[in-house]
Amino acid sequence: MAILVDKTTRVLTQGITGATGQFHTRACKEYGTQMVAGVTPGKGGSRFEGIPIFDTVSRAVSETGANASVIYVPPPFAADAIMEAADAKVLLIICITEGVPVRDMVRVKRYLDGRESLLLGPNCPGVITPGACKIGIMPGHIHRPGAIGVVSRSGTLTYEAVDQLTRSGMGQSSCVGIGGDPVHGLEFVDVLDMFNRDAMTEGVVMIGEIGGSAEEEAAAWIKKNMKKPVAGFIAGQTAPPGKRMGHAGAIISGGKGTAAEKIAAMKRAAIHMAPSPALIGQTMREALGKP
Amino acid sequence: MNIHEYQAKEVLKRFGVAVPEGIVAASAEEAKAAAAQLGGPVCVVKAQIHAGGRGKAGGVKLVRSPEEAEEKALAMIGRNLVTHQTGPEGRQVRRVLVERGLNIARELYLAMVLDRAQSRVSVICCAEGGVEIEELAQKSPEKILKEAIDPVIGLAAFQCRRLTYALEIPGEFAGKMTAVMQALYRAFDECDASLVEINPLIITKEGQIMALDAKMNFDSNAFFRQKEILALRDLHEEDPREVEAGKHELSYISLDGNIACMVNGAGLAMATMDIIKFYGGEPANFLDVGGGANKEKVAEAFKILLGDERVRGVLINIFGGIMRCDVLAQGVVEAARELHVTVPLVVRMQGTNVEIGRKILAESGLAIIAAETMAEAAEKIVKAVKDKG
Repeated sequence: MAILVDKTTRVLTQGITGATGQFHTRACKEYGTQMVAGVTPGKGGSRFEGIPIFDTVSRAVSETGANASVIYVPPPFAADAIMEAADAKVLLIICITEGVPVRDMVRVKRYLDGRESLLLGPNCPGVITPGACKIGIMPGHIHRPGAIGVVSRSGTLTYEAVDQLTRSGMGQSSCVGIGGDPVHGLEFVDVLDMFNRDAMTEGVVMIGEIGGSAEEEAAAWIKKNMKKPVAGFIAGQTAPPGKRMGHAGAIISGGKGTAAEKIAAMKRAAIHMAPSPALIGQTMREALGKP
Repeated sequence: MNIHEYQAKEVLKRFGVAVPEGIVAASAEEAKAAAAQLGGPVCVVKAQIHAGGRGKAGGVKLVRSPEEAEEKALAMIGRNLVTHQTGPEGRQVRRVLVERGLNIARELYLAMVLDRAQSRVSVICCAEGGVEIEELAQKSPEKILKEAIDPVIGLAAFQCRRLTYALEIPGEFAGKMTAVMQALYRAFDECDASLVEINPLIITKEGQIMALDAKMNFDSNAFFRQKEILALRDLHEEDPREVEAGKHELSYISLDGNIACMVNGAGLAMATMDIIKFYGGEPANFLDVGGGANKEKVAEAFKILLGDERVRGVLINIFGGIMRCDVLAQGVVEAARELHVTVPLVVRMQGTNVEIGRKILAESGLAIIAAETMAEAAEKIVKAVKDKG
């Protein structure tokens, strides 16, 4: 039930000894996630608040049975960290790091071809199955277990949507941040497919933004395959062309990737579109046919 | 990050791409000397700005003497050139590139850019050079040829040959075309480019293949390892507030409206701009203070926002995850006091320690309008700005 992560997920933290790695490993552990190992080359043999640290991912996996990794490693080393985890056959790799060069990610995606590991991110907040497992930087306390799947390119905008859902009594099955970069792991389509097959999920909130064509591809997939109602929001209707709006992937290039195009494509797929970011929760409610 | 044509040509030259002989000039006298040095019956004087469409706007002139070069340069340097890509105010021309004229037999379009859908760098080319590629992509997409590049093997010779034949370039040029294309890809890859655009790539009557124009953009995520490229940055081509914001690790983009906003997170920041508009206001900017904003960052953000004279109100929208609402509230209060903020200020906070944060705002003695939801916040700031007139 739910997707990607649950109570049984065993997580290792790459970059555990850095300030960010420490803070969030602690926070996830407090939430109830099984944080079983850390990896920082050169710090193997030490511990962080009881969690054993290893020099390599493969050692961490063989010693602790970790089956997911979360990466807080700085940008110059993040791609290498992803590939090390994939080489060690970690099945779910979540890269939180923002600022990874595109060239590195093009190589990472090539490296992952033919390997079994799933990558989430980079430049993403992570994934949470409320009440069971939180991997990443999202505030756990705004989430509730429930039936709405959330998939988004954003971080704090996702929290805004989750908060609206929770306040109106709609808990979440899993919330997945696919990140704001132009080259990344799981796409909207991949996560929507998982929600489609997940018995616990009854409806999906999809939050996109300007840049690229992932939302259009998702809309086409939804039209053909999706069995559950979808509510959507696209950020950046007021964004000017040619400017990178914070996220490396949030840029209207050569006239392509506008919010208007995405909204139109999603409407054609019968996705219920929230006209304002304050109406995401309400739009999901309407999509579900609730009063 | 963009660079000028003359800089892009210098970069490409290092990778073995042939470019016209040229000298950059910062004054009319220098342009005259450059033309004299280059010689030849014809030279070209090209305005150097970070925007396309210069030819149609009068920023590219053929000249037949050093005196004519001086005359054309005089008309360009120091003036604002308005092209269809610059916006109505145009861009100030500070340099011109003077190049030796060439005998052009054929013009092509050749570019390298990330194909997001495939997560691969692609070569894009077209048998028509000097075109508006976006227009052509709309009207005649079949004229645009593409090859996706495998990052492990690079741009393969067979891919270059395939493109050369499809462009209907005579077979004897296949070797030279392959060399140029592979050199362009090496430049793209090794410099962490996000775009290399040669429009046009020319074949001269003498049989040389050259980049007649060159445009390069770079991935700012890679600057930590591209110091030489970073040194090519021209701050005159950038919005001074955006430059200032960058120094404080704030992500800021200027827009046209009068309601400034300060938000944590790019998606939420875009959504905040959108909701201001939804309630009838006009956003003045995009500003992401990021996850670690403290009092200093909030103060810097305020300074930048208020540095825009058009601003008539400020909306702060923070969803505190790692960021604590009480820390933010403290920062806002101290900054607002220090900077004597007199325009309406609406603060909406949600998340960690929100009640403590709200208390701090309420007890500050400052005229801060609190809001609980994004809708309430947007409605309040739009109204406050309208009411103040």
